[in-house]
Amino acid sequence: MKVKKPLAENQMFISVLASVISIIAGLLFGSVLLFILNPSKAGIGMGAMLTTGFSSLDQFGKVLYQSAPLMLCGLSVGFAFKTGMFNIGATGQYTIGAFCALYGAIALQLPWWVCLLLSLIGGAVWGIFPGLFKALFNVNEVITSIMFNWIGMYLVNLLLANMPVMLASAWGASNSDRTAALAQANPGAVIPKGGLDKLFGNSSWINISVFVAIIVAIICWFILEKTTFGYELKACGYNKEASRYAGISANRNIVFSMIIAGALSGLGGGLYYLAGTIQYVLEKKTLAMGFNGIPVALLANSNPIGTIFSSLFISYIQVGGSAMQPNFSSESTDIIIAVIIYLAAFALLMKGVITGLLKKSMKNKDDKEAKA
Amino acid sequence: MAEDYVIEMLHITKEFPGIKANDDITLQLKRGEIHALLGENGAGKSTLMSVLFGLYQAEEGIIKKDGKEVAIKDPNDANRLGIGMVHQHFKLVECFTVLDNIILGVEDTKHGFLQKDEARKKVLALSEKYGLRVDPDALVSDISVGMQQRVEILKMLYRDNEILIFDEPTAVLTPQEIDELMEIMKGFKEEGKSILFITHKLAEIMAVSDRCTVLRKGKYMGTVDIASTTQEELSKMMVGRDVKLTADKKPCEAGDTILSVKDLVIPSRTHSNNAVKGVSFDVHAGEIVCVAGIEGNGQTELVYGITGLEKVTGGSVYLKGKDITHAPIRERSKDGMSHIPEDRHKHGLVLDYTLEQNLVLQRYWEDEFQRGGVIRADKVRKYAYDLIDRFDVRSGQGAVTVARSMSGGNQQKAIIAREIDKQPDLLVAVQPTRGLDVGAIEYIHGQLIKERDQGRAVLLVSLELDEVMNLSDRILVMYEGEIVGEFDPKQTTVEELGLYMAGAKRQDGKEARVS
Ligand SMILES: Nc1ncnc2c1ncn2[C@@H]1O[C@H](COP(=O)(O)OP(=O)(O)OP(=O)(O)O)[C@@H](O)[C@H]1O
Ligand SMILES: [Mg+2]
Repeated sequence: MKVKKPLAENQMFISVLASVISIIAGLLFGSVLLFILNPSKAGIGMGAMLTTGFSSLDQFGKVLYQSAPLMLCGLSVGFAFKTGMFNIGATGQYTIGAFCALYGAIALQLPWWVCLLLSLIGGAVWGIFPGLFKALFNVNEVITSIMFNWIGMYLVNLLLANMPVMLASAWGASNSDRTAALAQANPGAVIPKGGLDKLFGNSSWINISVFVAIIVAIICWFILEKTTFGYELKACGYNKEASRYAGISANRNIVFSMIIAGALSGLGGGLYYLAGTIQYVLEKKTLAMGFNGIPVALLANSNPIGTIFSSLFISYIQVGGSAMQPNFSSESTDIIIAVIIYLAAFALLMKGVITGLLKKSMKNKDDKEAKA
Repeated sequence: MAEDYVIEMLHITKEFPGIKANDDITLQLKRGEIHALLGENGAGKSTLMSVLFGLYQAEEGIIKKDGKEVAIKDPNDANRLGIGMVHQHFKLVECFTVLDNIILGVEDTKHGFLQKDEARKKVLALSEKYGLRVDPDALVSDISVGMQQRVEILKMLYRDNEILIFDEPTAVLTPQEIDELMEIMKGFKEEGKSILFITHKLAEIMAVSDRCTVLRKGKYMGTVDIASTTQEELSKMMVGRDVKLTADKKPCEAGDTILSVKDLVIPSRTHSNNAVKGVSFDVHAGEIVCVAGIEGNGQTELVYGITGLEKVTGGSVYLKGKDITHAPIRERSKDGMSHIPEDRHKHGLVLDYTLEQNLVLQRYWEDEFQRGGVIRADKVRKYAYDLIDRFDVRSGQGAVTVARSMSGGNQQKAIIAREIDKQPDLLVAVQPTRGLDVGAIEYIHGQLIKERDQGRAVLLVSLELDEVMNLSDRILVMYEGEIVGEFDPKQTTVEELGLYMAGAKRQDGKEARVS
C-alpha cells in the first residue's frame, strides 16, 4: 500500500496555500484602506478591483496582454536573483528593448518577429554593462543598473526626439510626444493575434504575447534546473566561494546572467509596444513595468514557473485598479495595489506558520486517537 | 536519596523528514558535572542539544529543570532558564565587533541609545577571570576560530548561564587551545556550573568528563561513569563493533615526483607580511606528506596557493612536471588535483544544493553527467547513491537531502567521497577528519592509505599530531610561513615536533627565535 505523505510535509501544497492566504489578507487590508479613503465608494471600488478582470472577455484579454511584459520583467529579476544579483535595472533594459523594437518596426519597416529579436538584443546589451562593471571592477550592480535606467530612458527620449520618422506626427497624426501607431506605420510589425481575438470577443488587447512569455518562462526554468549552465549560475548565487573552489568562473557567469536578464526585460518591452494598442510616450520618468518585475519575482520566489502565475495575478489587480479610476485617484489605486502585493509577498512567512499549525493539529489528532 | 539533576530530558523524540533524529532519548545532567555526549555522525547529538536550547521542538518527551517540567519554545526561554550553547558551526555576526556580538540581544540602553561601558567592563572582567583572551573591538571576521569560540563562551557567561552546552567545541581548535579549553571547563565545573559536552575525541571525554551518554542512530544506548570505562569500551558502545584507533600501513614506496613547490611566496590577507615565505618541497607518488604546524603559520595560504584559491606572488608550483603556478582552478582539477578544503561551509559545499548536486560539484561538466549541456539527472542520482553507500554518508532523504540539513560529520564525509572518488594524482587534504566519529576516521584513514598504496600523492595538512604521526610518511613542520624541519615519523616524537612547531628549534642552521 502506498503511504500518503502527511500534509505538513507536502511542500507544494503548503506553498500554494500560503500564497492564497497571503493574497486574501492583502485584499482584506486593501478593502480597509479603500474604506478609509472613500467610505461611500469603497464597495464599488473593491468590486471593480476584484471583478473587472473577469467582467468581460475584452478586459480578460487585457489582463493576459499586460501579464506578458510583467512576466518577462519578473523572469529577468528572478533569473539574476538566482545568480545572486539584484537586477533593479529591468526598467532600463525594458525601455531600450521597446525602443529597438519600435525602431525596427517604424524606421526599418521590419516584420514583428525581427523586431522582437531586436528588442531582445537591445535589452541584452543594456544588461551587459552592470554585469561587466561587477565582474571587472566589483562595482555593485544595483548602483550601475539604476544609473543605466536613467541613461536608457533619456537616451531613448533623445533618440526619438531626433528621429521625426518615429513620431506619430510623421504618420498623419497630430501629436509629436509619442511614437507612431503601428497600424499606420507598419501593420506587419504588429504581433499577430493568432485567432485569439475571435475567442475573446474581438478584444483589441489580446495577442499571442502571453504565450510567447509562457514559453520563455519554461525555457528559463529548463535552463536553471536542467542544464550545467543553470547549475553553475545557481552555485554562484548560493555560495560564490564554493563555486570558485569548484572551478566555476563567477565573473563569466555574472556577465552571462545579466545578459540573459537584460534580454528578458528587453523582450518584455518589445511585446508590450508591438501589440499596436499602445504608443511609447516621451516622458521624464522611468517606466513602472520594469520595477513591477521585482514584486512579480518575489511573489514567485524567483521560480520561473511561479512567475507565470504571479504576473497573471498582478496584471489582474492592475486591470482592476484602473477600473476604479473615476472614484479613486490613480495614486490611491496604486497604494492599494502596492498593499496587496506587499502582503502577498508575505507568502514565505505564512509558509512557516502553516507548517507549524498543520503539525500541531496532526499531533492533537494523534494524541486523541492514542487516548481513545 | 534521589539524585540532584539540574536538567532532565525524558523520552525525547524528534523527527525530520525521512528520519527520526532522536528516538526516545533520555539524558539526565547532574548539578556540577561534565556530561559527555557521544555518538556517530548523524546520531542526533546536535539535534538533542538544539531541543534543549529551544531551536527545535520535540514531538514527544518532556524537559525538567530542577525537577520541574518546563517548556522551552525558543532560545530566549532557554536563556531565562540559564541554558547557553556554543554551536557546532558558530553563530556570530561577522561584521560586528566581539563586544557587540556578546551583548547582542541583551543590550543595555538608555533613552534608546546603547550603553556599552558597563558591558565592556563585565566582558573584560569575565575574560580575565576565566582566561578567555579576546579583543573586544576586533571584528569577528578578522579573528581566528579559536577566538571566535572564546567569544561564544563569553556570550554564555555574560548571560549568567549555569548550564553550558558545548557542541563539538574542540573540532576547530589547535591542540594547545584544546588544553586551554579543558582547563576552562574544569574551572566552570568547580564553580558549580553543569556542562554538556559533545566531542568525537575519546581522550577528551576521558580527561574531563564525569559521565557519558551514548547515542547510536537516534537511539539511547546508555550512560556510563567515566571512571569505570575505557576508550575502547566507549567506541564499541557507540559504533557497535571494535574500532582500531591506529591505522596500520605498509612501508612507503615513493615513486615519481607529482607535486613540486619551489620558493613559493603568498601574501597574507590579515597582515602586510607574506604568509608563505619561499617554501619548497616535493610530494611523490605513493607517499603521504604531512604539513604540521600551529594554526596560522601559513598552512592555509600554502594550500590556497597550490590549489589556486589564492594568487601566488613568487615561486612556482609544478604538477606532474607541468607548471600550474597561475593555472585556473578547473585546469588543476582536470590535471589530477583533488582538494578537501579546510572550511567545509565556505568552500566545500553549496549548502542550499542537495547532496547529489554537491557530490558532482567537481564533475558535473564531465560527459558522464551531461550531454550537450543538459544534466543527466539519472546518472547523477545513480552516482550519488553509489558514493553514499560506499562512504556511508547518512542523511534524512538520501541523494535529495539539502546539504544544509545534514549533520556536520556527514557533510564532511560527502566532501571526502567526492574528492577521493575523482581518483586524483594529487590529493590535498586539509583537516580531513575534522568532526568525524572514530568509526569514520578509521575508514577515512584507511582510504587515504589506500590512495597512497595505489600510487597517488597525498599532501595532508593537519593540526592533530596523532593523525600526523599515524598517517604520514614524511612530516614538514611549518612555522611563520617557512618550513623549519623535515622528519620521518618513525624517528621523531610528538615532543620534538612540538618544539619545532613553536619555533624553538629549526633545522636549517638559522638561529632559532628565543621565545
Ligand atoms: N534541520 C534539519 N532538517 C532535516 N534533517 C535534519 C536537520 N537537522 C538534522 N537533521 C538530520 O538528523 C540527523 C541527526 O543530525 P545531528 O546534526 O543531530 O547529528 P550529530 O549527532 O550532531 O552528528 P555530527 O557528529 O555529524 O555532528 C541527521 O541524519 C541529519 O541529517
Ligand atoms: Mg552535530
